[in-house]
Amino acid sequence: MRPRKTRRIWKGGENTPDSSITPRQRILRTFLKNRTAVIGAVIAVCVAGVAIFSPLIAPYSPVRQNVRYRFQPPQGAHIFGTDFYGRDVFSRVIYGARISLLVGTSSVLLGMVLGTAMGMVAAYRGGRLETLIMRAVDVMMSFPDEVLGIMIMVALGSGLFNLILAIAILMAPRFARLAYGPTLALRERDYVDAARAVGCSDIRVLFRHILPNIFGEVLVMSTLWTATAIRLEANLSFLGLGVSPPTPTWGNMIRTGLDHLTDAWWVSVFPGAAILVTVLAFNMLGDGLRDIADPKLRT
Amino acid sequence: MFAYAVRRILISIPILLIVLTIVFILVRVAPGDPARAILGDYASQEAVDALRKRMGLDKPLWEQYLEFLWGLARGDLGRSLISGVPVAKQVAYALPYTLELTFTGILIGVILGVPLGVYTALKRNRLPDYLGRTLSLAGLSFPSFYLGILLMLLFAVKLRLFPTMGGGTPGDPVDRLRHLFLPALTLGLIMTAYITRMSRSAMLNVLNEDYVRTARAKGLHEAGVVFRHALKNALIPIISVVGVYSVVLIGGSIMVEIVFSRPGLGKLMVGAMMQRDYIALQSIMVIYAGFVIVLNLLTDLSYGLVDPRVRYR
Repeated sequence: MRPRKTRRIWKGGENTPDSSITPRQRILRTFLKNRTAVIGAVIAVCVAGVAIFSPLIAPYSPVRQNVRYRFQPPQGAHIFGTDFYGRDVFSRVIYGARISLLVGTSSVLLGMVLGTAMGMVAAYRGGRLETLIMRAVDVMMSFPDEVLGIMIMVALGSGLFNLILAIAILMAPRFARLAYGPTLALRERDYVDAARAVGCSDIRVLFRHILPNIFGEVLVMSTLWTATAIRLEANLSFLGLGVSPPTPTWGNMIRTGLDHLTDAWWVSVFPGAAILVTVLAFNMLGDGLRDIADPKLRT
Repeated sequence: MFAYAVRRILISIPILLIVLTIVFILVRVAPGDPARAILGDYASQEAVDALRKRMGLDKPLWEQYLEFLWGLARGDLGRSLISGVPVAKQVAYALPYTLELTFTGILIGVILGVPLGVYTALKRNRLPDYLGRTLSLAGLSFPSFYLGILLMLLFAVKLRLFPTMGGGTPGDPVDRLRHLFLPALTLGLIMTAYITRMSRSAMLNVLNEDYVRTARAKGLHEAGVVFRHALKNALIPIISVVGVYSVVLIGGSIMVEIVFSRPGLGKLMVGAMMQRDYIALQSIMVIYAGFVIVLNLLTDLSYGLVDPRVRYR
């Protein structure tokens, strides 16, 4: 987010209507001019690349132990040092990107599908169903994510799939609230009445006539909430509720490093930096996208 | 206002009841048998059954549920399944640590965040604004436990200015404050990031209003315009943001308590979770629910303090 000096209409920027470019190109150009969003996107793509190609990037196995090289400080062969079991911290950070991104994106996707459907149905059908869904959303949203997350993880038990499910359950109410308002407004529009009049089923109206109108907003917010989901995953695995060791996750690496913080700071600090960079990237991307989608919100 | 507060608390009872029921169910469906967990894998089935009976886990679920509700109504949170200590006693010991941590965090956030937000709004699109926005975006990307670890490494391990862990001796205020400083700063800095961002946008909205232009046009000095006309009107959205993020901060306090080993509610909850102490866990959840309800109530009541148009009926 920097001062936007380039935005000058008379220089023929994107503010001048230009019939030679398609709307899609215009969106792309606006995106490329938003430096925050571009930097965020570049970092996010890099992290994704690291996650996908981790076996190629990591110099050592993330799980092989070698206690003779316990707690080597960052230098030479181990640029991020080694941990209590002599495992290479750099390789573990690289592999840790996998769990983080996998959990972050798939839980948001699942939460998006569940939540958007809940919000749309609540707004469209109204009545008791609306009260039920939206009250449940209110109750869930009034809790801190960590408290609710711990509660759900205790009930489900740990493990990768349960972790994704738990974070998806935390994300769903946000999407429900996001989809609810616009659907309420769109329901009253003439074209929706018209669609119903020609005999469209409720499902068809929701999918073909309402969803396309709110999907942009949902997509933008899902980028921001991916940042939240990644941070939550880190929180839960820090508490020992995530994917269990020896599989490296940034959260559980920090947790094991915490016990030896005074003599081996690197075990906790590097995975933490990885979380920070990744969360920041998604926040920047989401923030930028939101500015592009709704210039009025730009602050 | 008092009547309003009482009614708000009464309205929140059904919500609390729903929360209680959900907590009760969630904790019961959790995998693993607490009696088995205490006695270990090699204990005989008879021993496990006897312990289950002593813990009251052999009773039908609805009976356990009614006992749970009846206990809560009398202020009895049950006894820890593991240590046998009344949970109410544990909570009473832990709660002050969490309260002082959360409220100091909120306070730091407000004291730093609101002026920063106002300042960056006034310097819109100039260097201070750019810096402020970058820092606050970084601040809200920080997992609280990681910021806690970094502050601990710098101030406690490297500079040895503050203790690394514990909550301080109960009777010694100076020791308590020394132990409070780093954890509270952790939460406070994150809160500052949220509040700076939101008060900046609240200020920007207000600064475009006609009455601000009028105030300037009549020749009022800039400070008068900013504080008397603009900030005063931006306070309502700022307060609601403080309310929302205070709840977020409660979640952060759990993580920070683990990092700094503070004997607060979060540490109690995580301990109960690890030991499968159902009774302690469900009661602590209830305390958190109450905490959230009180915070929301305080937020609503403070609207009246800054806006005379707000009436509580």
